[in-house]
Amino acid sequence: MNALLATVRRDLLLALRRKSEVLTTLFFFVIVVSLFPLGIGPEPELLKKIAPGVLWVAALLSTLLGLPRLFAADHLDGTLEQMALSPSPLALLIAGKILAHWLLCGLPLVLLAPLLGLQFALEGQTLFILSLSLLLGTPLLSLIGAMGAALTLGVRGGGVLLALLVLPLYIPTLIFGAGAVEAQSAGLGVEGHLSLLAALLALAVFFAPWATTAALRIALE
Amino acid sequence: MLKVSGLTCSRGERQLFADVSFSLAAGEWLHVQGENGAGKTSLLRLLVGLSPADAGEIYWRGVAASEADFHRDLLYLGHHAAVKDDLTPLENLCLSAALDGIPLDEKAALAALVRLGLRGREALPVRVLSAGQKRRVLLARLLTRPAALWVLDEAFNALDSGAVQLLGELIGEHLAKGGLAVLTSHQPLPLPAGKRLML
Repeated sequence: MNALLATVRRDLLLALRRKSEVLTTLFFFVIVVSLFPLGIGPEPELLKKIAPGVLWVAALLSTLLGLPRLFAADHLDGTLEQMALSPSPLALLIAGKILAHWLLCGLPLVLLAPLLGLQFALEGQTLFILSLSLLLGTPLLSLIGAMGAALTLGVRGGGVLLALLVLPLYIPTLIFGAGAVEAQSAGLGVEGHLSLLAALLALAVFFAPWATTAALRIALE
Repeated sequence: MLKVSGLTCSRGERQLFADVSFSLAAGEWLHVQGENGAGKTSLLRLLVGLSPADAGEIYWRGVAASEADFHRDLLYLGHHAAVKDDLTPLENLCLSAALDGIPLDEKAALAALVRLGLRGREALPVRVLSAGQKRRVLLARLLTRPAALWVLDEAFNALDSGAVQLLGELIGEHLAKGGLAVLTSHQPLPLPAGKRLML
Protein backbone atom coordinates (compact mmCIF):
# COMPACT_ATOMS: atom_id res chain seq x y z
CA MET A 1 0.00 0.00 0.00
CA ASN A 2 2.90 2.32 0.79
CA ALA A 3 4.27 1.74 -2.68
CA LEU A 4 0.92 2.83 -4.16
CA LEU A 5 0.96 6.05 -2.14
CA ALA A 6 4.60 6.65 -3.07
CA THR A 7 3.69 6.42 -6.76
CA VAL A 8 0.80 8.84 -6.29
CA ARG A 9 3.08 11.25 -4.44
CA ARG A 10 5.73 11.00 -7.11
CA ASP A 11 3.32 11.61 -9.99
CA LEU A 12 1.66 14.54 -8.24
CA LEU A 13 5.07 16.07 -7.54
CA LEU A 14 6.05 15.64 -11.19
CA ALA A 15 2.79 17.25 -12.32
CA LEU A 16 3.42 20.15 -9.93
CA ARG A 17 6.81 20.72 -11.59
CA ARG A 18 5.16 20.65 -15.01
CA LYS A 19 1.83 22.34 -14.45
CA SER A 20 1.16 23.18 -18.10
CA GLU A 21 0.47 19.54 -19.02
CA VAL A 22 -2.38 19.25 -16.54
CA LEU A 23 -3.75 22.73 -17.12
CA THR A 24 -4.01 22.25 -20.89
CA THR A 25 -6.41 19.31 -20.51
CA LEU A 26 -8.52 21.30 -18.05
CA PHE A 27 -8.67 24.33 -20.32
CA PHE A 28 -9.57 22.04 -23.19
CA PHE A 29 -12.55 20.78 -21.17
CA VAL A 30 -13.67 24.31 -20.24
CA ILE A 31 -13.35 25.64 -23.77
CA VAL A 32 -15.04 22.73 -25.55
CA VAL A 33 -17.99 22.89 -23.14
CA SER A 34 -18.26 26.67 -23.46
CA LEU A 35 -18.26 26.60 -27.27
CA PHE A 36 -21.63 24.87 -27.42
CA PRO A 37 -23.81 27.58 -25.79
CA LEU A 38 -21.97 30.16 -27.90
CA GLY A 39 -22.57 28.23 -31.11
CA ILE A 40 -26.14 27.15 -30.47
CA GLY A 41 -27.55 30.33 -28.99
CA PRO A 42 -29.38 31.14 -25.76
CA GLU A 43 -32.36 28.78 -25.85
CA PRO A 44 -32.63 27.34 -22.32
CA GLU A 45 -34.75 24.33 -23.34
CA LEU A 46 -32.40 23.21 -26.10
CA LEU A 47 -29.30 23.83 -23.97
CA LYS A 48 -30.80 21.88 -21.10
CA LYS A 49 -31.42 18.99 -23.44
CA ILE A 50 -27.90 18.78 -24.86
CA ALA A 51 -26.06 19.60 -21.62
CA PRO A 52 -25.50 16.03 -20.31
CA GLY A 53 -24.17 14.77 -23.62
CA VAL A 54 -21.93 17.78 -24.23
CA LEU A 55 -20.41 17.74 -20.74
CA TRP A 56 -19.84 14.02 -20.81
CA VAL A 57 -18.33 13.93 -24.30
CA ALA A 58 -16.04 16.82 -23.36
CA ALA A 59 -14.97 14.99 -20.18
CA LEU A 60 -14.26 11.90 -22.25
CA LEU A 61 -12.17 13.77 -24.80
CA SER A 62 -10.14 15.71 -22.26
CA THR A 63 -9.36 12.49 -20.38
CA LEU A 64 -8.24 11.00 -23.68
CA LEU A 65 -5.96 14.01 -24.23
CA GLY A 66 -3.91 13.20 -21.14
CA LEU A 67 -3.67 9.45 -21.72
CA PRO A 68 -0.68 9.18 -24.11
CA ARG A 69 1.49 10.82 -21.45
CA LEU A 70 0.42 8.38 -18.73
CA PHE A 71 3.24 5.89 -19.31
CA ALA A 72 5.25 7.46 -22.16
CA ALA A 73 7.65 9.54 -20.03
CA ASP A 74 8.34 6.66 -17.63
CA HIS A 75 8.88 4.32 -20.57
CA LEU A 76 11.28 6.71 -22.28
CA ASP A 77 13.53 7.43 -19.30
CA GLY A 78 13.64 3.84 -18.08
CA THR A 79 11.69 4.41 -14.86
CA LEU A 80 9.09 1.90 -16.00
CA GLU A 81 11.78 -0.79 -16.22
CA GLN A 82 12.80 0.00 -12.66
CA MET A 83 9.17 -0.25 -11.57
CA ALA A 84 8.85 -3.66 -13.24
CA LEU A 85 11.93 -4.86 -11.36
CA SER A 86 10.90 -3.33 -8.05
CA PRO A 87 10.19 -5.63 -5.10
CA SER A 88 6.77 -3.94 -4.87
CA PRO A 89 4.12 -5.57 -7.09
CA LEU A 90 3.98 -3.77 -10.43
CA ALA A 91 0.17 -3.81 -10.42
CA LEU A 92 0.18 -1.78 -7.22
CA LEU A 93 2.55 0.82 -8.67
CA ILE A 94 0.44 1.02 -11.82
CA ALA A 95 -2.72 1.41 -9.73
CA GLY A 96 -0.97 4.34 -8.06
CA LYS A 97 -0.19 5.90 -11.43
CA ILE A 98 -3.82 5.52 -12.53
CA LEU A 99 -5.03 7.06 -9.27
CA ALA A 100 -2.67 9.99 -9.76
CA HIS A 101 -3.93 10.41 -13.33
CA TRP A 102 -7.50 10.56 -12.05
CA LEU A 103 -6.60 13.08 -9.33
CA LEU A 104 -5.00 15.30 -11.97
CA CYS A 105 -7.29 14.82 -14.98
CA GLY A 106 -10.55 13.46 -13.56
CA LEU A 107 -11.24 15.08 -10.22
CA PRO A 108 -10.87 18.65 -11.55
CA LEU A 109 -13.53 17.85 -14.17
CA VAL A 110 -15.90 16.72 -11.41
CA LEU A 111 -15.34 20.00 -9.58
CA LEU A 112 -15.59 22.19 -12.68
CA ALA A 113 -18.67 20.53 -14.16
CA PRO A 114 -21.33 22.22 -11.95
CA LEU A 115 -19.85 25.60 -12.79
CA LEU A 116 -19.91 24.87 -16.51
CA GLY A 117 -23.36 23.32 -16.21
CA LEU A 118 -24.69 26.77 -15.26
CA GLN A 119 -24.08 27.86 -18.85
CA PHE A 120 -26.65 25.26 -19.90
CA ALA A 121 -29.37 26.53 -17.55
CA LEU A 122 -29.24 23.33 -15.45
CA GLU A 123 -30.88 23.42 -12.03
CA GLY A 124 -29.29 22.72 -8.67
CA GLN A 125 -30.35 19.09 -8.32
CA THR A 126 -29.37 18.27 -11.89
CA LEU A 127 -25.96 19.85 -11.37
CA PHE A 128 -25.52 17.67 -8.31
CA ILE A 129 -26.37 14.51 -10.28
CA LEU A 130 -24.01 15.65 -13.04
CA SER A 131 -21.14 15.89 -10.55
CA LEU A 132 -22.09 12.59 -8.96
CA SER A 133 -22.18 10.80 -12.31
CA LEU A 134 -18.78 12.27 -13.21
CA LEU A 135 -17.41 11.29 -9.81
CA LEU A 136 -18.29 7.67 -10.58
CA GLY A 137 -17.50 7.88 -14.27
CA THR A 138 -14.17 9.70 -14.53
CA PRO A 139 -12.21 7.06 -12.53
CA LEU A 140 -13.68 4.54 -14.94
CA LEU A 141 -12.39 6.62 -17.87
CA SER A 142 -8.90 6.68 -16.32
CA LEU A 143 -8.91 2.93 -15.66
CA ILE A 144 -10.08 1.96 -19.15
CA GLY A 145 -7.80 4.55 -20.71
CA ALA A 146 -4.77 3.19 -18.86
CA MET A 147 -5.28 -0.20 -20.52
CA GLY A 148 -5.34 1.48 -23.93
CA ALA A 149 -2.30 3.62 -23.10
CA ALA A 150 -0.37 0.52 -22.03
CA LEU A 151 -1.34 -1.41 -25.17
CA THR A 152 -0.25 1.41 -27.50
CA LEU A 153 2.95 2.24 -25.58
CA GLY A 154 5.90 2.61 -27.92
CA VAL A 155 3.76 2.22 -31.04
CA ARG A 156 4.39 4.78 -33.76
CA GLY A 157 1.37 7.06 -34.15
CA GLY A 158 0.10 5.61 -30.90
CA GLY A 159 -2.01 8.67 -30.08
CA VAL A 160 -4.55 8.13 -32.85
CA LEU A 161 -4.57 4.39 -32.31
CA LEU A 162 -5.19 5.00 -28.62
CA ALA A 163 -8.26 7.11 -29.44
CA LEU A 164 -9.61 4.45 -31.81
CA LEU A 165 -9.02 1.76 -29.21
CA VAL A 166 -10.35 3.54 -26.15
CA LEU A 167 -13.30 5.62 -27.41
CA PRO A 168 -15.52 2.60 -28.23
CA LEU A 169 -14.80 1.23 -24.77
CA TYR A 170 -15.96 4.53 -23.29
CA ILE A 171 -19.45 4.13 -24.78
CA PRO A 172 -21.10 2.34 -21.81
CA THR A 173 -19.73 4.93 -19.40
CA LEU A 174 -21.01 7.72 -21.63
CA ILE A 175 -24.48 6.18 -21.94
CA PHE A 176 -24.99 5.61 -18.23
CA GLY A 177 -23.30 8.84 -17.16
CA ALA A 178 -25.17 11.14 -19.53
CA GLY A 179 -28.28 8.99 -19.03
CA ALA A 180 -28.31 9.68 -15.31
CA VAL A 181 -28.25 13.44 -15.86
CA GLU A 182 -30.95 13.23 -18.56
CA ALA A 183 -33.15 11.12 -16.30
CA GLN A 184 -32.79 13.68 -13.55
CA SER A 185 -33.81 16.58 -15.83
CA ALA A 186 -36.77 14.54 -17.05
CA GLY A 187 -37.84 13.91 -13.47
CA LEU A 188 -37.12 10.16 -13.56
CA GLY A 189 -35.13 8.09 -11.07
CA VAL A 190 -31.35 8.11 -11.41
CA GLU A 191 -30.49 5.17 -9.16
CA GLY A 192 -30.42 2.66 -12.01
CA HIS A 193 -27.90 4.58 -14.09
CA LEU A 194 -25.70 5.42 -11.14
CA SER A 195 -25.72 1.85 -9.82
CA LEU A 196 -24.64 0.56 -13.21
CA LEU A 197 -21.84 3.12 -13.33
CA ALA A 198 -20.75 2.08 -9.84
CA ALA A 199 -20.83 -1.58 -10.83
CA LEU A 200 -18.68 -0.89 -13.89
CA LEU A 201 -16.29 1.07 -11.70
CA ALA A 202 -16.00 -1.76 -9.17
CA LEU A 203 -15.27 -4.19 -11.99
CA ALA A 204 -12.66 -1.91 -13.54
CA VAL A 205 -10.91 -1.22 -10.22
CA PHE A 206 -10.30 -4.94 -9.90
CA PHE A 207 -9.34 -5.84 -13.44
CA ALA A 208 -7.92 -2.76 -15.15
CA PRO A 209 -4.67 -2.53 -13.12
CA TRP A 210 -3.92 -6.21 -13.84
CA ALA A 211 -4.69 -5.88 -17.53
CA THR A 212 -2.61 -2.69 -17.73
CA THR A 213 0.30 -4.39 -15.97
CA ALA A 214 0.19 -7.32 -18.36
CA ALA A 215 0.18 -4.97 -21.36
CA LEU A 216 3.10 -2.98 -19.93
CA ARG A 217 5.17 -6.12 -19.40
CA ILE A 218 4.70 -6.94 -23.08
CA ALA A 219 5.69 -3.39 -24.04
CA LEU A 220 8.88 -3.68 -21.97
CA GLU A 221 10.10 -6.90 -23.63
CA MET B 1 24.19 -18.22 -5.50
CA LEU B 2 23.34 -17.38 -9.09
CA LYS B 3 23.20 -20.21 -11.57
CA VAL B 4 22.26 -19.82 -15.22
CA SER B 5 22.04 -22.76 -17.59
CA GLY B 6 21.30 -23.15 -21.26
CA LEU B 7 20.02 -19.59 -21.82
CA THR B 8 19.00 -19.03 -25.44
CA CYS B 9 17.75 -15.86 -27.06
CA SER B 10 16.72 -14.99 -30.60
CA ARG B 11 15.47 -11.77 -32.10
CA GLY B 12 13.17 -12.51 -35.01
CA GLU B 13 14.90 -15.09 -37.20
CA ARG B 14 18.38 -14.42 -35.90
CA GLN B 15 19.73 -16.32 -32.95
CA LEU B 16 21.71 -13.96 -30.69
CA PHE B 17 23.21 -16.57 -28.41
CA ALA B 18 22.50 -20.15 -27.46
CA ASP B 19 23.19 -22.31 -24.47
CA VAL B 20 24.81 -19.68 -22.25
CA SER B 21 25.65 -21.10 -18.84
CA PHE B 22 27.53 -19.68 -15.88
CA SER B 23 27.37 -19.61 -12.13
CA LEU B 24 28.47 -17.03 -9.60
CA ALA B 25 29.20 -17.53 -5.91
CA ALA B 26 29.15 -14.82 -3.25
CA GLY B 27 31.87 -12.24 -3.90
CA GLU B 28 32.32 -13.14 -7.58
CA TRP B 29 31.59 -11.02 -10.61
CA LEU B 30 31.04 -11.73 -14.27
CA HIS B 31 32.27 -9.60 -17.14
CA VAL B 32 30.03 -10.08 -20.17
CA GLN B 33 31.96 -9.22 -23.31
CA GLY B 34 31.19 -9.18 -26.98
CA GLU B 35 30.96 -6.99 -30.06
CA ASN B 36 28.24 -4.40 -30.54
CA GLY B 37 25.01 -6.25 -31.20
CA ALA B 38 26.32 -9.54 -29.82
CA GLY B 39 23.44 -9.62 -27.33
CA LYS B 40 25.02 -8.38 -24.11
CA THR B 41 22.09 -6.15 -23.19
CA SER B 42 19.63 -8.87 -24.24
CA LEU B 43 21.41 -11.32 -21.94
CA LEU B 44 21.18 -8.94 -18.99
CA ARG B 45 17.50 -8.24 -19.69
CA LEU B 46 16.81 -11.98 -19.78
CA LEU B 47 18.77 -12.41 -16.58
CA VAL B 48 16.76 -9.83 -14.63
CA GLY B 49 13.48 -11.04 -16.10
CA LEU B 50 12.53 -8.07 -18.25
CA SER B 51 12.13 -10.32 -21.29
CA PRO B 52 11.43 -14.05 -21.47
CA ALA B 53 14.10 -16.50 -22.62
CA ASP B 54 13.49 -18.94 -25.48
CA ALA B 55 15.08 -21.66 -23.38
CA GLY B 56 17.17 -21.99 -20.28
CA GLU B 57 16.89 -21.57 -16.58
CA ILE B 58 17.97 -19.07 -13.95
CA TYR B 59 18.35 -20.10 -10.33
CA TRP B 60 18.82 -17.69 -7.46
CA ARG B 61 19.83 -19.15 -4.09
CA GLY B 62 18.88 -22.57 -5.44
CA VAL B 63 15.32 -21.60 -6.39
CA ALA B 64 14.04 -20.68 -9.87
CA ALA B 65 14.34 -16.88 -10.12
CA SER B 66 10.70 -16.47 -11.11
CA GLU B 67 9.66 -18.06 -7.81
CA ALA B 68 12.43 -16.78 -5.54
CA ASP B 69 12.21 -13.33 -3.98
CA PHE B 70 14.63 -12.35 -6.71
CA HIS B 71 13.63 -8.73 -7.23
CA ARG B 72 14.30 -7.84 -3.60
CA ASP B 73 17.93 -8.94 -4.03
CA LEU B 74 18.39 -7.42 -7.46
CA LEU B 75 19.53 -4.01 -8.60
CA TYR B 76 19.56 -3.47 -12.36
CA LEU B 77 20.90 -0.29 -13.90
CA GLY B 78 20.41 -0.20 -17.63
CA HIS B 79 21.21 2.13 -20.52
CA HIS B 80 18.49 4.55 -19.51
CA ALA B 81 19.15 7.26 -16.98
CA ALA B 82 16.00 6.20 -15.05
CA VAL B 83 15.95 9.53 -13.24
CA LYS B 84 13.29 12.19 -13.51
CA ASP B 85 14.52 15.43 -15.08
CA ASP B 86 12.06 17.59 -13.18
CA LEU B 87 13.03 16.29 -9.74
CA THR B 88 16.20 16.96 -7.77
CA PRO B 89 18.77 14.17 -7.23
CA LEU B 90 17.67 13.91 -3.61
CA GLU B 91 13.98 13.55 -4.54
CA ASN B 92 14.88 11.01 -7.21
CA LEU B 93 16.72 8.82 -4.71
CA CYS B 94 14.09 9.09 -1.98
CA LEU B 95 11.15 8.46 -4.32
CA SER B 96 12.71 5.46 -6.04
CA ALA B 97 13.43 3.97 -2.62
CA ALA B 98 9.82 4.60 -1.60
CA LEU B 99 8.60 2.92 -4.79
CA ASP B 100 10.73 -0.10 -3.92
CA GLY B 101 9.28 -0.10 -0.41
CA ILE B 102 12.71 0.43 1.11
CA PRO B 103 13.07 2.88 3.99
CA LEU B 104 15.63 5.58 3.22
CA ASP B 105 16.18 8.68 5.30
CA GLU B 106 17.31 11.90 3.74
CA LYS B 107 20.66 11.84 5.51
CA ALA B 108 21.63 8.50 3.95
CA ALA B 109 20.52 9.69 0.51
CA LEU B 110 22.53 12.88 0.92
CA ALA B 111 25.61 10.90 2.02
CA ALA B 112 25.30 8.73 -1.10
CA LEU B 113 25.14 11.81 -3.34
CA VAL B 114 28.16 13.35 -1.61
CA ARG B 115 30.11 10.10 -2.09
CA LEU B 116 29.34 10.31 -5.82
CA GLY B 117 30.64 13.85 -5.99
CA LEU B 118 27.30 15.64 -6.23
CA ARG B 119 27.75 17.82 -3.17
CA GLY B 120 25.90 21.10 -3.72
CA ARG B 121 23.89 19.63 -6.63
CA GLU B 122 21.35 17.77 -4.51
CA ALA B 123 18.72 20.51 -4.70
CA LEU B 124 19.03 21.32 -8.42
CA PRO B 125 16.65 19.75 -10.92
CA VAL B 126 18.40 16.90 -12.73
CA ARG B 127 17.53 18.66 -16.01
CA VAL B 128 20.39 21.14 -15.51
CA LEU B 129 23.02 18.48 -14.73
CA SER B 130 25.42 17.10 -17.32
CA ALA B 131 25.10 13.57 -18.75
CA GLY B 132 27.88 12.30 -16.50
CA GLN B 133 26.32 13.88 -13.41
CA LYS B 134 22.96 12.35 -14.32
CA ARG B 135 24.69 8.99 -14.51
CA ARG B 136 26.15 9.63 -11.03
CA VAL B 137 22.66 10.26 -9.65
CA LEU B 138 21.64 6.86 -10.95
CA LEU B 139 24.77 5.24 -9.53
CA ALA B 140 23.95 6.69 -6.10
CA ARG B 141 21.26 4.02 -5.99
CA LEU B 142 24.04 1.46 -5.60
CA LEU B 143 24.55 2.93 -2.12
CA THR B 144 20.93 3.53 -1.13
CA ARG B 145 19.31 0.35 -2.40
CA PRO B 146 20.55 -2.77 -0.61
CA ALA B 147 20.79 -5.69 -3.06
CA ALA B 148 22.94 -8.80 -3.26
CA LEU B 149 23.10 -8.93 -7.05
CA TRP B 150 24.09 -5.93 -9.15
CA VAL B 151 23.40 -6.12 -12.87
CA LEU B 152 25.04 -3.13 -14.53
CA ASP B 153 24.71 -2.53 -18.26
CA GLU B 154 27.46 -0.25 -19.59
CA ALA B 155 27.60 1.48 -16.22
CA PHE B 156 31.01 2.96 -17.01
CA ASN B 157 29.71 4.99 -19.96
CA ALA B 158 29.73 8.79 -19.78
CA LEU B 159 31.81 8.77 -16.61
CA ASP B 160 35.08 10.67 -16.16
CA SER B 161 38.19 8.84 -14.94
CA GLY B 162 37.53 9.81 -11.32
CA ALA B 163 34.03 8.38 -11.48
CA VAL B 164 35.25 5.20 -13.18
CA GLN B 165 37.68 4.74 -10.30
CA LEU B 166 34.89 5.44 -7.78
CA LEU B 167 32.50 2.97 -9.40
CA GLY B 168 35.30 0.40 -9.34
CA GLU B 169 35.68 1.03 -5.60
CA LEU B 170 31.94 0.68 -5.03
CA ILE B 171 31.80 -2.62 -6.89
CA GLY B 172 34.90 -3.80 -5.02
CA GLU B 173 33.27 -3.00 -1.66
CA HIS B 174 30.09 -4.76 -2.77
CA LEU B 175 32.02 -7.90 -3.71
CA ALA B 176 34.01 -7.79 -0.47
CA LYS B 177 30.71 -7.84 1.43
CA GLY B 178 29.75 -11.03 -0.38
CA GLY B 179 27.73 -9.40 -3.16
CA LEU B 180 27.57 -10.52 -6.79
CA ALA B 181 27.84 -8.42 -9.93
CA VAL B 182 27.23 -8.94 -13.63
CA LEU B 183 28.68 -6.18 -15.82
CA THR B 184 29.04 -5.29 -19.44
CA SER B 185 31.70 -2.82 -20.47
CA HIS B 186 34.11 -2.20 -23.31
CA GLN B 187 36.78 -0.53 -21.23
CA PRO B 188 39.36 -2.09 -18.92
CA LEU B 189 37.82 -2.12 -15.45
CA PRO B 190 39.56 -1.14 -12.22
CA LEU B 191 38.44 -4.37 -10.56
CA PRO B 192 39.98 -7.58 -9.23
CA ALA B 193 39.91 -10.43 -11.75
CA GLY B 194 36.47 -11.93 -12.27
CA LYS B 195 34.82 -14.51 -14.47
CA ARG B 196 34.45 -13.74 -18.16
CA LEU B 197 31.75 -14.59 -20.62
CA MET B 198 32.32 -14.02 -24.33
CA LEU B 199 29.22 -13.74 -26.47
